[in-house]
Amino acid sequence: MRCAALFSGGKDSTYAVFLAIEYGYDVSCLVSIVSENLDSYMFHTPSISEVKKQSEVMGIPLLVQETRGVKEEELKDLKNVIERAKVDFDVEGVITGSVESAYQASRVQRICNELGLECFNPLWQKDQLELLQDIVRNHFDVIVTSVSAYPLNRSWLGRKIDEKFIHDVEDLYSRFGINPAGEGGEFETFVLWCPLFGRSLTVVDEQVSGRNNSWRMEIKVI
Amino acid sequence: MILIIQCCREKLHYFEFVKPIEDVLKKNEKLFESVHYRCVNKKVVSKADKIIISGTSLKDNFFLQDLECFSWLKKFDKPVLGICAGMHILGLLFNGSLKEKTEIGLNNVFFEKEFLGLKNTVECYELHNFYVESSEFEGFARSKDCLQAVKHRYKPFYGVLFHPEVRNKELLEVFASL
Repeated sequence: MRCAALFSGGKDSTYAVFLAIEYGYDVSCLVSIVSENLDSYMFHTPSISEVKKQSEVMGIPLLVQETRGVKEEELKDLKNVIERAKVDFDVEGVITGSVESAYQASRVQRICNELGLECFNPLWQKDQLELLQDIVRNHFDVIVTSVSAYPLNRSWLGRKIDEKFIHDVEDLYSRFGINPAGEGGEFETFVLWCPLFGRSLTVVDEQVSGRNNSWRMEIKVI
Repeated sequence: MILIIQCCREKLHYFEFVKPIEDVLKKNEKLFESVHYRCVNKKVVSKADKIIISGTSLKDNFFLQDLECFSWLKKFDKPVLGICAGMHILGLLFNGSLKEKTEIGLNNVFFEKEFLGLKNTVECYELHNFYVESSEFEGFARSKDCLQAVKHRYKPFYGVLFHPEVRNKELLEVFASL
């Protein structure tokens, strides 16, 4: 089945694409939403401009839709771009990296239902530590690009997801209730390499901003 | 052993509609086996103490063309829980009819009587374009728009239209411990 994947460049959407391809689905295009609203309810935003580089090293075309990021209005923009994927790439299904958010998942389900498309959520309800372990086991090279919860701070920016990272977030989960995979928006990530990439991406620039427990790192990759 | 009958046509939907059920059973140290409905045989059914019939995606109604694959359930007397598509199957096997109603996302469900540990008003996750009504089942809960939880009048067969593998996982734990 030809599918479009909602793609933010982070660990969840990339791992969802990886699973879909592993299971024999044809991921015909990636769909990314660039939101003016840095606190969008629906869309992961740090370093979204670099998704183009990920699409190039995966050899999968990218459709980009800009949105003002106003709640609910951004859903119309999402529907428009999914419709474009349906027409331009003849897709029959949409793949998402939703794990826990009923808010996000149900809105994408509604759009797919209206457009007559299958909706695939292969990470749905997945245990968050299991998700991190799967990502490490499959040799994904993933870094943290934003944090927004106590006691996470600037020192977490750029950290790789590895065994030590899993150990540390497991500890923060037990002490502070931080979702281990950042499902509550505690942190966002960017994938520099995974088995779908023809080559690794390298960070050549970092612009860090923020304060206290809310930091973001805009990166440039080549 | 709890037999999970998979209703999904698309194999990628295993992760969304079956694995979350398996994860609840695993966490509760319950033995289970998952089999697609087209691959169910006498041997695996004979080992089952209970059966859970999974849901599937909004667009996937292929199981409706295969209802004869479930006809053996009419002679099964151990507990069965049908989730969404699974509830449709149970209702249709017992002379019910499908009606159109779309509910997607979190929704309040009102329980008139306790049902597998749920009572009063409970927020549930919905994902359906149809629901089923059968006079052979007693209604236990409704949403604003349709029937949500039923039990067969004589058999230990339960059906829920909402998805307890997403919200209210304790319902699966109660069923698994019956």
